Amino acid sequence: MPLIEFDGNKYETKPDETVLDCLTRFDCPPPSSCRSGLCHTCMMRATEGTPPESSQQGLKETLQQQNYFLACSCIPTEDLTVALADSSAAPHFEATVLEKNLLTPVILQLRLSVPEGFSYIPGQFLNVFRDEHLTRSYSIASVPALEKVIELHVERIKDGKMSGWLFGELNVGDTLQLSEPLGECYYLSGNPEKNLMMVATGSGLAPLYGVLRDALNQGHQGDIYLYHGSENPEKIYLQDELEKLAKLHANLHYKPCISGDGADGNIKDRANEIALDTHKNLKDWRIYLCGHPLMVADTKRRAFLSGASLNDIFADPFEFSS
Amino acid sequence: MSDSLFDKIGGEAAVNAAVDIFYRKVLADDRISRFFDGVDMEKQAAKQKGFLTMAFGGPNNYTGKDMREGHAHLVAKGLNDSHFDAVVENLGATLKELGVADELIGEVAAIAETTRNDVLGK
Repeated sequence: MPLIEFDGNKYETKPDETVLDCLTRFDCPPPSSCRSGLCHTCMMRATEGTPPESSQQGLKETLQQQNYFLACSCIPTEDLTVALADSSAAPHFEATVLEKNLLTPVILQLRLSVPEGFSYIPGQFLNVFRDEHLTRSYSIASVPALEKVIELHVERIKDGKMSGWLFGELNVGDTLQLSEPLGECYYLSGNPEKNLMMVATGSGLAPLYGVLRDALNQGHQGDIYLYHGSENPEKIYLQDELEKLAKLHANLHYKPCISGDGADGNIKDRANEIALDTHKNLKDWRIYLCGHPLMVADTKRRAFLSGASLNDIFADPFEFSS
Repeated sequence: MSDSLFDKIGGEAAVNAAVDIFYRKVLADDRISRFFDGVDMEKQAAKQKGFLTMAFGGPNNYTGKDMREGHAHLVAKGLNDSHFDAVVENLGATLKELGVADELIGEVAAIAETTRNDVLGK
């Protein structure tokens, strides 16, 4: 089986084992988060050998050419010598913390300055680097056309290394290291009459808050239905703002959905169930799904079965790591 | 010069029209939906396109070995003739929905049939 040489040591991979799993097995893993090829946290570079193309999906052409790859998606076909992606691999931006507001005890709103050259589309996400070992992805909730700021919604995760630090130690005036904007979960102009169905759980509201305001700002004509779900009221936030927006725009329909904790929970009250039950025919709709990975995968499948085309379903699963 | 089966059915445009319909039927069919569980949908759809192109007599590079290896993990989970039959049934229903003539549907089924032993690892 192919050998991975990392930091001066050689490790033999098992059949069909990814570089991430192999290095984890030997206790020297690169940083990682989503383990699904989306967040780019586990990006490494092959300094000898060529990583398979499938492990480079989503990386910029220039990085692909230099043999950067995603460790979680890389099942090597030959021996590789690998290294952590250094800071020159992907542009780093430095932003200043302008505001920290607790929207609820578990949801923190962070408002950051927009670094020079940082250009994003509402709904994209970015990586926050605390140091070379700790990276986490956060979706951007702000809209450049409306204000010059980067707004993130951070959900407090039990034992969360990043969320704990952002909640407890980061101060207004401090700087944060950010990646370039990533992802394709954004508004597409060009079909202003399309109906949009948006389902978010917890802090999954962040990108959709950006996308729907972007849509309205661009004069979207079709109906926009936003279902924001949580087991309990602690993760329902921006309710007043959304209700105000819905009053101002006749085509925006907002529904917060509280399904109840654990055993008291009622599946029928979940945001995705209500959404799918209300809109039974999704042919020609565009669907946005953000938040809990199980909700996102299940709703994607059912939206497809209800008639939505796969290219019209934008799924942004939030894979939480602590 | 007579058109090939692929041309008669409508070529790549027909494949694109068929993929969503066929994939939905398969996901909604309780006899076989479990074999498609937990699979990345975009990747699945791409494979369906490949399968449909082949079944419509179109250009395709699948070898018997590819079919065998690609389905081996499903055979291990119990994939058998009844499931293969269900897939071909859904394929026929898709083509009927698209208005394809019966005799052409028959030709497509015959092509699909040639893959049975490789798919089921017989």
